[in-house]
Amino acid sequence: MATEALGWWGVPLGIMAGMLRGSAPFLFVSLGECLTEKSGKVNLGLEGTLLTGAMSAYAVSYLSEKTVGSAIAPWLGVLVAGLAGMVLGFIHAWLSQQPKVNDVAVGIAMIIFGSGIAFFFGKPFIQPSAPQLPAFELGAWSNIPQIQSALKVSPLLMVGVLIAPLMAWFFKSTRWGLFIRAVGDSPDAALAMGISIKKVRMLCIIAGSFLAGIGGAYLSLYYPGSWTERISSGQGLMAVALVIFARWNPIQCLWASLLFGGAQSIGPALQAVGIEGGYYLFNASPYILTLLIMIITCSPKKTLTGAPGALGTLT
Amino acid sequence: MKPAVKTIEMKELTLPPELEVVNMTKQFGQLIALDNVSLTLKPGTFHALLGENGAGKSTLVKCVMGFYKPTSGEVRFNQQVQAIDSPRDAQKHGIGMVYQHFTSVPAMTVAENLVLCRYESAALIDWKAEYEVLNAFMATAPFKLPLSVPVAQLAAGEKQKLEILKQLYLKSKILILDEPTSVLTPGEADEVLGLIREEVVAGHLSVLLISHKFREVTAFVDEITILRKGKFAGSGRVKDLTIADMAEMMMGEKRIPQTVQKTLHPDPAPVLQIQAIHANKDNGLEAVSGVDLTVNSGEIVGIAGISGNGQRELVEVLAGQRTATDGQVLVNGEVYRASRTEMFQHRVFVLPEEPLKNACVPHMSVAENLALRTFDRPPQSKGWVLLFKPIREAAQSLIKTFNIKTPSPETPISNLSGGNVQRTVLARELSSDHINLLIAANPCFGLDFAAVDYIHSEILEARNRGVAVLLVSEDLDELLKLSDRILVISEGKFAYESSIAEADFASIGRSMAGH
Repeated sequence: MATEALGWWGVPLGIMAGMLRGSAPFLFVSLGECLTEKSGKVNLGLEGTLLTGAMSAYAVSYLSEKTVGSAIAPWLGVLVAGLAGMVLGFIHAWLSQQPKVNDVAVGIAMIIFGSGIAFFFGKPFIQPSAPQLPAFELGAWSNIPQIQSALKVSPLLMVGVLIAPLMAWFFKSTRWGLFIRAVGDSPDAALAMGISIKKVRMLCIIAGSFLAGIGGAYLSLYYPGSWTERISSGQGLMAVALVIFARWNPIQCLWASLLFGGAQSIGPALQAVGIEGGYYLFNASPYILTLLIMIITCSPKKTLTGAPGALGTLT
Repeated sequence: MKPAVKTIEMKELTLPPELEVVNMTKQFGQLIALDNVSLTLKPGTFHALLGENGAGKSTLVKCVMGFYKPTSGEVRFNQQVQAIDSPRDAQKHGIGMVYQHFTSVPAMTVAENLVLCRYESAALIDWKAEYEVLNAFMATAPFKLPLSVPVAQLAAGEKQKLEILKQLYLKSKILILDEPTSVLTPGEADEVLGLIREEVVAGHLSVLLISHKFREVTAFVDEITILRKGKFAGSGRVKDLTIADMAEMMMGEKRIPQTVQKTLHPDPAPVLQIQAIHANKDNGLEAVSGVDLTVNSGEIVGIAGISGNGQRELVEVLAGQRTATDGQVLVNGEVYRASRTEMFQHRVFVLPEEPLKNACVPHMSVAENLALRTFDRPPQSKGWVLLFKPIREAAQSLIKTFNIKTPSPETPISNLSGGNVQRTVLARELSSDHINLLIAANPCFGLDFAAVDYIHSEILEARNRGVAVLLVSEDLDELLKLSDRILVISEGKFAYESSIAEADFASIGRSMAGH
């Protein structure tokens, strides 16, 4: 009834709600990947990290509810998701820095490994319901329920939104940030300055995986808010494409994540106003967007501007 | 104005320490790269370290800088023995090194690179304060650079200046320069070395210069030390030595410069015609912007230029490795797109730079690489079937004729040394008796004198047979020696052209710098 009252306004509102609700996993994974790629490594395995994060967050939240209470349990889940991500990150960092080992091959192996781990340990947690993360009700001023529900914002998203400019500042104004950029852009120069390339890349990959793990926690503990094996639907991989789209700039990662989050909800938003035709097609819009971005930004005739100079090269 | 006495006192106080290398030996497994070498760098002098490729110059300075741990021997500062275990230690003792290749981070600004090169700096960077310090530093530095420009946008000469500025910014007292002028025009090289020399004369610096350019050594250097095959081969004051003396110490024998006989070709006809060729760099920016050129039979046309001015892309277009965005190439008056059929039909052969990467399949054997031009036609194949016996026999005869040092024809070519890879490619490209057009890019880069002489004589011999040769090189001496006509490429366009008889060294240098 209320949908009818809003009419076509429901579509942009739905998309905006989707942005606020669905963009956080993109944001966390893309920031993690941005950090990783700035150091010159590619971590495709973040898809697996995302799933492992989602599973471990859900499991820990469910299992610790009785001991720490339902307010703290989900936050404990978030922390453990990050830690689980770090473990996967460490494996990727160690493997991908062995001589003659290719980042992309290791990344694909890590996708399979990460999702395998998540499905294996996650089986018992598909049925039970775990305590969820809280949300800020920014829409309390309105009495239209759609606006109220659209303006529910998770504190995790806000953390993510804060991390983006923080990371940009980190790359520009800290010694460590400059080190990471040097390692990613010109390892020879970094070596001549006495920076340990392996150490910097190891730390970047682990920190990036921590963020991706938290992105997973958001999936299972906030939106959609349950643990299933299809929970990530390739968002981790899309986030990698998104970093290219954002030209390795954390602030632009934020905008790109919002765009992808919005694109994800085009289908449901149109369905809400009664457009059923092409529902699956509209649902595919994030994937189409990914493809388009890859086609537009990649060319055999030129290299990308803004790409870290040593990205994905064997050293 | 300060009184003179005080200036002298100041000079005494800030004079760099004396650096002594004593009986330094460095072994890599079986190979003795450096054998009992000693060297003294006196305070406030400009010292050159001379030697051929592989003479141990780089090994010596890397031991001093703490990159390598010497097998035996020691480094002394003002007669005090000091252990240097890492470049960071070297910096603490005021030694800084400028490498042959740039070590600045291209995506960062000049200011960021300068701040980054300091080992001890705060975790957080206060850019306002840093800029104040940097501006003050720039005001007193011998050369000026814009602080907020990304290094990728600087010209090669400016990048090299930045490398030196870094060391001055770090307050290094002893500068080690590893062939710092290899990427500079003669004019830029003179400017940079001249300004450094002023700092040396003022007593602010001692400099150890690795070089093989006698021109620079005689113009700027006080003393030299010469290495040969890892051993000390001589030293002395530059004003007491002639170039011939130095060359003899480097080579171990007097080098008779090979005179080249050029025969005049009876009736030159245009073989290669390049018409308004445009091509892009990898990043999509234009590298070659409309060049026209004709190369006649029995003629060597040389193209000079600082690397990165479009010559690489031009050669790649001619070799079929890159598509031109506009314009066309004619060979023997017909449009040429560098397909395999056209290459065979027009008898076009290429000696590209970095031959292992551009002209070889690294994991394939020497014999297979030698057959890349001919394996698909008789006698090396019959229909679809390759005949390995003729392939092997052809390879054996080429290995013998061109003196390629390989354990066997079946050895993967990537196991060969750079000089022998170059010889292999040369053998494949020059052995054909019906060669018509030869395109060569830096054919002698990184080779020793004997190999260079050999390649030069092969190219000249081809020319005398009536082959049209396009020679792209960063080595001006090579171009002046071989070419009949010389052009300079600058920012994707030809900036100079003259016959070799009328070529003027100074204006070539100016055109290379884009003036």
